[in-house]
Amino acid sequence: MRYIDEFRDAASVQRLARAIRRMVTRPWTIMEVCGGQTHGIVRFGIDQLLPDGLSLIHGPGCPVCVTPLELIDRALAIAPLPGVIFCSFGDMLRVPGTSGDLLRAKSEGADVRVVYSPLDALEIARKHPERDVVFFAVGFETTAPANAMAVHRARVEGVGNFSMLVSHVLVPPALEALLAAADCRVNGFLAAGHVCTIMGLDEYHPIAARWKVPIVATGFEPVDLLQGIAMCVRQLESGRAEVENQYARSVAARGNAPALRMIHQVFEVVPRKWRGIGEIAASGLALREEYRVHDAETRFGVSVVCADEPQECLSGLVLQGKLKPAECPEFGTRCTPDSPLGATMVSGEGACAAYYRYRRRECAP
Amino acid sequence: MRSLLPLPPSRVRTMTGDRRLGAGVVDPSLLACPAPLRHATVQLAHGGGGRLTRELVERIFLPAFGSSAGAERHDCAVLEPPAGRIAFSTDSYVVTPLFFPGGDIGKLAVYGTVNDLAMSGAVPRWIAASFVLEEGFSIAELEKVARSMAEAAKSSGVEVVTGDTKVVDRGRGHGVYVTTAGIGVVPPGVEIGPANIRAGDALIVSGDLGRHGVAVLSVREGLEFEGEIASDCAPLSGLVCSLLEAGIELHCLRDLTRGGLASALNELALDAGLELVIDEAAVPVGDAVRGACELLGLDPLYVANEGRLVAFVRQAEAPRAQAVMRARAEGARAAVIGRVERQGVSRGRVTARTPAGPTRLLELLSGEQLPRIC
Repeated sequence: MRYIDEFRDAASVQRLARAIRRMVTRPWTIMEVCGGQTHGIVRFGIDQLLPDGLSLIHGPGCPVCVTPLELIDRALAIAPLPGVIFCSFGDMLRVPGTSGDLLRAKSEGADVRVVYSPLDALEIARKHPERDVVFFAVGFETTAPANAMAVHRARVEGVGNFSMLVSHVLVPPALEALLAAADCRVNGFLAAGHVCTIMGLDEYHPIAARWKVPIVATGFEPVDLLQGIAMCVRQLESGRAEVENQYARSVAARGNAPALRMIHQVFEVVPRKWRGIGEIAASGLALREEYRVHDAETRFGVSVVCADEPQECLSGLVLQGKLKPAECPEFGTRCTPDSPLGATMVSGEGACAAYYRYRRRECAP
Repeated sequence: MRSLLPLPPSRVRTMTGDRRLGAGVVDPSLLACPAPLRHATVQLAHGGGGRLTRELVERIFLPAFGSSAGAERHDCAVLEPPAGRIAFSTDSYVVTPLFFPGGDIGKLAVYGTVNDLAMSGAVPRWIAASFVLEEGFSIAELEKVARSMAEAAKSSGVEVVTGDTKVVDRGRGHGVYVTTAGIGVVPPGVEIGPANIRAGDALIVSGDLGRHGVAVLSVREGLEFEGEIASDCAPLSGLVCSLLEAGIELHCLRDLTRGGLASALNELALDAGLELVIDEAAVPVGDAVRGACELLGLDPLYVANEGRLVAFVRQAEAPRAQAVMRARAEGARAAVIGRVERQGVSRGRVTARTPAGPTRLLELLSGEQLPRIC
């Protein structure tokens, strides 16, 4: 299959792994930002191919994982209300809030539906004008354009019963927050290819320059990941700290102009709380004033719902690359995909879930 | 009345009751033109045991599954005990939508039970079918389901000999739920089961994987993929019969239904204490299914099938077993995908060598796979 097979080719994978092994002369720590990359690395065993001393740590780029507990609680407050149809991407349904998750709300009678696009939720709103249709808009820059488009269309068409519970987050401020931490171990980043496809590379140049870290926009297949790692290592070994593009088949330096216009038209940049990390300035998106009539938090008065993270879940450290999933004392014992303590054990892209699924026997305490 | 079913020769005394179906005698003239019913949709009274129930049985189920002509009405089917051991299985069928590319709930209900029986090497013979109907469900659709079941029964050589219908209030069901139970006969000398699996055995899948799950998902969610993906829904009894006739020593068979190949292998590995290793690159998955799974973030090894099995045979017999499967339409893409690395381990496990080289663990999933955000 085109765009898949050539990027999973065993010979290319081995060749790249050998090249990386030859290149490395000192220990380096590279963070892959995106949960999709973490999933690929663990699924295909990419880290097993790397030389000792070159370690990968898993970044905060799993949208499900970083959605703060209180947003889940707000979703859980809205979903069971009479007349509400609560629409969400599938992997949000199992994320635990303070008490229960959306699947449980569904089993207790809430009308919770899995959709594949915010435009599907908008269609449900058109079909059910007597119901309040809410879409749980979670994600990074990748999902922002489609969500913006859905709200924009709702406004233009006057679909008044459509609203969004917005929990959008942005990658570059999170990278800066990680780099600013005193105990930051990261020497270089694999930036998320899909995010860069939308946003382009412009916002990464100041970060690379200021913190002297190489940043390589990287794809998700084994060959992509190894190429990204090789490009990053080459920079590190030669003392460079630049922004490079491994994922050129998808990422243009300036990003996707129509998508960017739509994001800026509908959303504004706001501070956001990240689950397990805390509030980061200018790290999220919220609906602009003229679209706020479609803001579910206002419509249902749930902005007052607040929640603190449970102490026993160390996902904040995992999301910052300070702890490997298997190093958590609760991993695989009190915390499993069947009864997760935190979101990183739930989502397919969560680092803890990826380790549990593909590595548990090797990691088990 | 002479049986019109090809297999097996009917030794059934045809029995029907108000709520029971007639014996497996399909009369094509009745299939072609049933008389119209008083109602176009299912009424609560259709399950009440009165005139409407009788009408439903006589106009829908008997024409599909058998004739009441001359038949003695009774509360059960009475069957001659066959020579050999009996295999007995039951399963319930719930699917949205009821009709999907490559199949429907009726086909699933027959083939599902036929396949469960076939996994023990049994020749499936008789099926009981129970229907839970939702008030308001279209009679025409019910008739389509019943006819589809009749065709499925015919193609897999079983007779639908008894059944039941109940009606639930509108909103309390999903159109129709079907439960089937089946009886098959295990030929003398045939011993197939997890206890017979040996270290060194080869694992062979009978065809490409993931088609049923993706077909149903794409219709249910209105996803459009290039080229229609049809369910693999099919009976496996013929394939098993061919393998047995070819003298292949089948150590174990397992049909790959919900949870897909990975879940079936895990169940066997855990139950029988096995270490199984598969080569992911050798697992046949069609391009359309692969593409859909890539888009949705699903792993085809965990996606449902309805007409595929995995066979455990001695390594030396694997090429011949694969050839026997490939000689049949439903086994055309059969492939050797792995081997039993060790037996008698305390905690069974399944690993996959990834196309890129390293290995990964295939675990049982917590629940269904959920499509991911991006």
